[in-house]
Amino acid sequence: MSASNDYRSPLAKVKGLGRSSDATRFFWVQKLTAIALIPLTLWLCYSIATLPELTYEVLIAWLKSPFNAVMASLFTVVSLKHGMIGMQVIFEDYIHTHSLRFGAILFTKLLSYFMMALGVYSILRLSLGN
Amino acid sequence: MSWNDKRPMSPHLQVYDLPLTAKLSILHRGTGAVLFVGVVLWVLLLAAAASGPQTWASVHSFLSSWFGKLILVGFTFSLYYHLCNGIRHLFWDMGKGFNLKDAEKAGIVVIVATLLLTLLTWLVAL
Ligand code: HEM
Repeated sequence: MSASNDYRSPLAKVKGLGRSSDATRFFWVQKLTAIALIPLTLWLCYSIATLPELTYEVLIAWLKSPFNAVMASLFTVVSLKHGMIGMQVIFEDYIHTHSLRFGAILFTKLLSYFMMALGVYSILRLSLGN
Repeated sequence: MSWNDKRPMSPHLQVYDLPLTAKLSILHRGTGAVLFVGVVLWVLLLAAAASGPQTWASVHSFLSSWFGKLILVGFTFSLYYHLCNGIRHLFWDMGKGFNLKDAEKAGIVVIVATLLLTLLTWLVAL
């Protein structure tokens, strides 16, 4: 970059190059989801490990409990949100081509939101179905 | 990134033995990425179950195979490591334990806790 003939102000140069006010919010959401995931993952592991052989009937009976259905939904949504931000940070560190980076982040976000919807829908269907 | 500078790089990652804290840091990122794939698979498992008992039965028989179990052990290990080390991260974020000695000690606690939790889970599950 030739600094000598660049008359733009420092602010003009950095605008649009990255997160500004977003950064603190991203940091906060990443911490909030991390804290929420501590009880959620412990519950999930304990819950699944103590179930008998995971046949269809056992799975249905497990998700019929409202508490389990809510916890499973929360785990799905919160972990995808946490992972979505985490993957964005990873891509921003390693992918230096602008279009590829943008594409990877966009794909991850769309995939995450789709998986949140599919996950919650599936849990509800198993929990409430017939 | 283009690297035109011909001088040797330091630390050279292929010969430099990274300190424990650096290895653990990379593992946090690695397990994070593995877990992201894992959570997507978890949703696909739920979707398979939601589409009916037959679909679940074939998924279930795959998960019970040695290969399926290997994947599940990999995910539980990743989850416990990322969980324990994530707690270590959260303490740093509160400004606690942010010096080399404490970081190293907590790192060893994380390794031991991860192995114990993984072992315990599979003892209970099997
Ligand atoms: C079990 C509870 C969890 C805790 C306590 C936790 C904690 C954390 C923390 C504190 C960070 C930020 C690290 C940093 O500041 O550099 C992080 C990053 C990350 N987490 Fe989690 N996490 C958990 C579960 C998960 C799950 C289930 C996923 C999968 C979707 C996941 C995926 C990621 C990813 C991809 C990153 C980014 C890694 C990086 O930037 O190097 N985490 N986690």
